[in-house]
Amino acid sequence: MTGARARTPSGHGALSLLRGGLTGQSHWRPVWAEPEPKLGYDVVIIGGGGHGLAAAHYLAANHGIANVALIERGWLGGGNTGRNTTIIRSNYFFSQSAAFYDFSVQLYEGLTRALDYNIMFSQRGMWMLAHDRHGLEMLRRSANAMRLNGVDAELHDEAGVRAAIPQLNPNPRFPILGGLNQPRGGTARHDAVAWAYARAASAAGVHILQNTEVTGLRIEGGRVHAVQTTRGEIGCGKVGVAVAGHTSVVGKLAGLELPVQSYALQAFVSEPVKPCLDTVILSPATGAYLSQSDKGELVMGAGLDLFLSYAQRGSLPWMEQTAAGVIELFPQFSRLRFLRQWAGICDVVHDSSPIIDESEVSGLHFNCGWGTGGFKAIPAGGWCLAHHLATGEPHALARDFGFARFRTGALIDEAAGAGIAH
Amino acid sequence: MLKIDCPYCGARAETEFRCGGESLIQRPLLDCSDAEWAAYLHTRKNPKGLHVERWHHAHGCGMWFNAARSTVTHRIHATWAMRDPVPELPE
Repeated sequence: MTGARARTPSGHGALSLLRGGLTGQSHWRPVWAEPEPKLGYDVVIIGGGGHGLAAAHYLAANHGIANVALIERGWLGGGNTGRNTTIIRSNYFFSQSAAFYDFSVQLYEGLTRALDYNIMFSQRGMWMLAHDRHGLEMLRRSANAMRLNGVDAELHDEAGVRAAIPQLNPNPRFPILGGLNQPRGGTARHDAVAWAYARAASAAGVHILQNTEVTGLRIEGGRVHAVQTTRGEIGCGKVGVAVAGHTSVVGKLAGLELPVQSYALQAFVSEPVKPCLDTVILSPATGAYLSQSDKGELVMGAGLDLFLSYAQRGSLPWMEQTAAGVIELFPQFSRLRFLRQWAGICDVVHDSSPIIDESEVSGLHFNCGWGTGGFKAIPAGGWCLAHHLATGEPHALARDFGFARFRTGALIDEAAGAGIAH
Repeated sequence: MLKIDCPYCGARAETEFRCGGESLIQRPLLDCSDAEWAAYLHTRKNPKGLHVERWHHAHGCGMWFNAARSTVTHRIHATWAMRDPVPELPE
């Protein structure tokens, strides 16, 4: 299930750390190479976030295609991969989504071992709370759908929720009537996911080119031939675009208008405190979701600012609403201070399901439409993009996640189905 | 916090408004192709820069109007009533 094991000599174990203590930890080396770009590659991946890095790795590991360049405008993992709340889950409604996202959770479960790099995946459970009868009915519906799809799900009444999360407000304004837990859900270390894939890809021969911005695409006869960058033109057989909120911008370089809109999603961390919350909690009714990082910060997320934005900052009204929601659930957190705040630009499509498909331009593939939930999908998104690029056929798990659904009307409407943000 | 100039009420806080997405979209005739209909439903310009969009003064006068806003700086360059012509906008 974990795919090809890319065992590279890491020296990242405890022994190395101890030995390094004798030399002032001066023995550490960069985990990926920084080569000069070649004139051409079999595949060029645009976007050095999780999805692009995973695609580059799986091209090499699963398909033996290592003549690959990965182009990143800024630094690796500096976009949404470094701007999310690191939640991993597969509590979806439709069978296609459940199969896809659960495959992603399964890959995450084996990723530390497969890449020999600790991604700190902690399956601490992921709770959705219901605060009214209708919310409870939605949870029951979700639990049934998840179980039918073979995904782990536990429905609990109020006593069950409070036994698992005793810190919850004993006298809430919005009563806690029940909760749905996915025990295999949890959080991972976002930077480690990016760096683990980068190291494995680089070791296999993938050229990782940071600070390299795409300025154009050379398209002749309806086929992409080269990527123009700030470091010159790079020839290519195929291109995989995994740029999240900037999908429309890259699409425009190819003359494509896409069914994607870009919105800012905001998140925050509090100052770090001692361990006080050992699971992930989502309360759609109060507008709050939060977990505690290994550093001790509470990691909290807000909703989308519902106007188009390419600015990586969020609005104040959402900040206030999120704080209010968190304090409704946990009044004891009211004295914590926000430490940092940021936003990522999400690529939202009409049905809140991803697009992993070749575009009208031959050889130009897109991996987009992740909306607010791309982090959990990184392994499967990269796996399926690599499969399509290498074989010319969509992966079985991604067959329904193509551009055609917007024309045929066969949408996979998770926005309505799962009843939670994505 | 955005300060939005409603053509009917004047400048008000963002929280009184809801954005209705891209404006000036024309519905194609019913004998159009599937591709044209799909584009009408789903394809959006989504520019990194100036965007002409609809806003609804939901918690105010209840009127819809147009705004030209930068998606990078969020600066609103102009607002105008639905029936009014598009004003001159920066590039």
